[in-house]
Amino acid sequence: MSRISDRFKQLEERGRVALIPFVTAGDPGPAVTVPLMHAMVEAGADIIELGVPFSDPMADGPVIQRASERALEQGVCLRDVLGMVRKFRERDEATPVVLMGYLNPIEVMGYEAFALAAAEAGVDGVLTVDLPPEEADDLLSSLRPRDIDPIFLMAPTTTDERMQHICDTASGFVYYVSVKGITGAGHLAVGDVAAKTAQIRKHTRLPVGVGFGIKDANTAQAVAQVADAVIVGSVLVQRIEELRETPDEIAPAIAMILSSMRQAIDLI
Amino acid sequence: MPTEQPIDFTHMPDARGHFGPYGGLFVSETLMEPLQELRDAYEKYLQDADFLAELDADLANYVGRPSPVYFAERLSRENGGARIYLKREDLNHTGAHKVNNTIGQALLAKRMGKRRIIAETGAGQHGVATATVAARLGLECVVYMGEVDIARQEANVYRMKLLGARVESVSSGSKTLKDALNEAMRDWVTHIDNTFYIIGTVAGPHPYPAMVRDFQAVIGREARVQMQQQTGALPDALVACVGGGSNAIGLFHPFLNDASVAMYGVEAAGDGLDSGRHAAPLCAGSPGVLHGNRTYLMEDPNGQIIETHSISAGLDYPGVGPEHAWLKDVGRVSYVAITDDEALTAFHTLTRVEGIIPALESSHAIAYALKLAREMGEQQTILVNLSGRGDKDMHTVAARDGLKI
Repeated sequence: MSRISDRFKQLEERGRVALIPFVTAGDPGPAVTVPLMHAMVEAGADIIELGVPFSDPMADGPVIQRASERALEQGVCLRDVLGMVRKFRERDEATPVVLMGYLNPIEVMGYEAFALAAAEAGVDGVLTVDLPPEEADDLLSSLRPRDIDPIFLMAPTTTDERMQHICDTASGFVYYVSVKGITGAGHLAVGDVAAKTAQIRKHTRLPVGVGFGIKDANTAQAVAQVADAVIVGSVLVQRIEELRETPDEIAPAIAMILSSMRQAIDLI
Repeated sequence: MPTEQPIDFTHMPDARGHFGPYGGLFVSETLMEPLQELRDAYEKYLQDADFLAELDADLANYVGRPSPVYFAERLSRENGGARIYLKREDLNHTGAHKVNNTIGQALLAKRMGKRRIIAETGAGQHGVATATVAARLGLECVVYMGEVDIARQEANVYRMKLLGARVESVSSGSKTLKDALNEAMRDWVTHIDNTFYIIGTVAGPHPYPAMVRDFQAVIGREARVQMQQQTGALPDALVACVGGGSNAIGLFHPFLNDASVAMYGVEAAGDGLDSGRHAAPLCAGSPGVLHGNRTYLMEDPNGQIIETHSISAGLDYPGVGPEHAWLKDVGRVSYVAITDDEALTAFHTLTRVEGIIPALESSHAIAYALKLAREMGEQQTILVNLSGRGDKDMHTVAARDGLKI
């Protein structure tokens, strides 16, 4: 059983909804990321999503685009991100880490080489935004033997038929993109999200995470009532950008945002 | 003994948009269903007599097709070797081949009930061609264009605005065509319900590479007949420039199964392939995944897309259509590269010798054809796709000559 499934099982037993923060690895510099990951766990993160910088982040809004650009300016590449996960694992063997990014860095490294290196580093899940299940067979056959969960997205435009196909392909959890748009765009409509998560649950027993459009503790709380995991990204990355000149302040500031979300979620 | 069947080069892509290992559908989940709708609509209207009749009428009466094939007699004589013919896509309405595709996609948008059109543009030719058809059909139009390209293609920016389009400046990444494409994708995913994305080249997720090719293949279909009428035979060689590769595939595709016809796709070598400053993914890149498809890319060893350089904004793109990637691998088409300097020389030569001012993109094809012709016999023929006219490039050429106009 993967670390992600373990974690969701524990959470279910405790009646707790997962909080999953996303940050871009290496933003604003490579030294920031590992201590930030630990601080996020201490502030109540159950799983960490680590963004792999890419030169052409087509599905991301300006906030995460700029984070990618800052990390790339520091020369942070996929191998460096794997190094950060390995370092994180020296102190934390329990918190699952999901890499989120685009296919090309993985494609160029080679699927087998990537899967081996990711497993060795302690990566638990991989979410490639531009890799739908239809194109994923080869990558999946490299990830599965290493117990790395392929995480797939579902969107407001996803039909029932596709939902079934995605749920059959995914493991770990499925990720519902709550708005038609890019990361950091718009506010989600909680009623629509509730309907969609209910629809998704007809197709799978996997936990359902909801992301895109969660901007504060209130939205996090509302989403927590219909989801198994609340995924929050742009609002954290925005704060990191504001503090990029004073990197020492980043971990406490992010921890503060997550703590308030944690408290709000745990109230339900 | 069964005889070995020659490869049918024209049956690609497969049902899921693959050209061998290339092409496909590499997009975020939100776009999967809209792309399915687009495929369904395209496949339906491709068989629809009314749609095809409207398309043909527009190509004839609005674009001005068929475009002529012109024997560049003086150019051929002064250059020596093979006789050079030009397919005059520069004479189309809006001055380039781009409009063949935007007419088709805009008619499709209208049939699908989409009232808002978006597009990306590099040199501005596709943006102008999109703004043009949007104006004609009364559709809202937004064109994404890199900040760098806006600065070097001012005239086209103004043209798009005159046509009623909103030009959105893109300041992320390298601020050129690839970033404009990223931004157009972001717009599309956000406004999916009412918006049709008119991609300008044979790249992007399935069905774009096949659909754009099919709309551009009118170039090759006409040229095949015209060459036979004028010379009594098919040409010995075809030459076209390749950025994303839409004018090249449009010319090549109807000839792919004609084994006697050699084909050359000409990429932008910029300052030279050894300089690293170029835009030649087929000649000097490697396979990867970008903008919805697997193809050859300009990328670093970590899979990051690298900045390209070409004097021609329309060739300044780090990827290339997946069908070209496949045609390279199977050896049907030869891909070569021409530097900025060689293209400029050809630009001046064609202008002075034939009185035709070519686009800098097309000048790459001319430059290679002049080289190739010298290695061929006088009875042989080369057909070059003169994909666009050079009016938009006056400032760039003047600046290279140290002039300000």
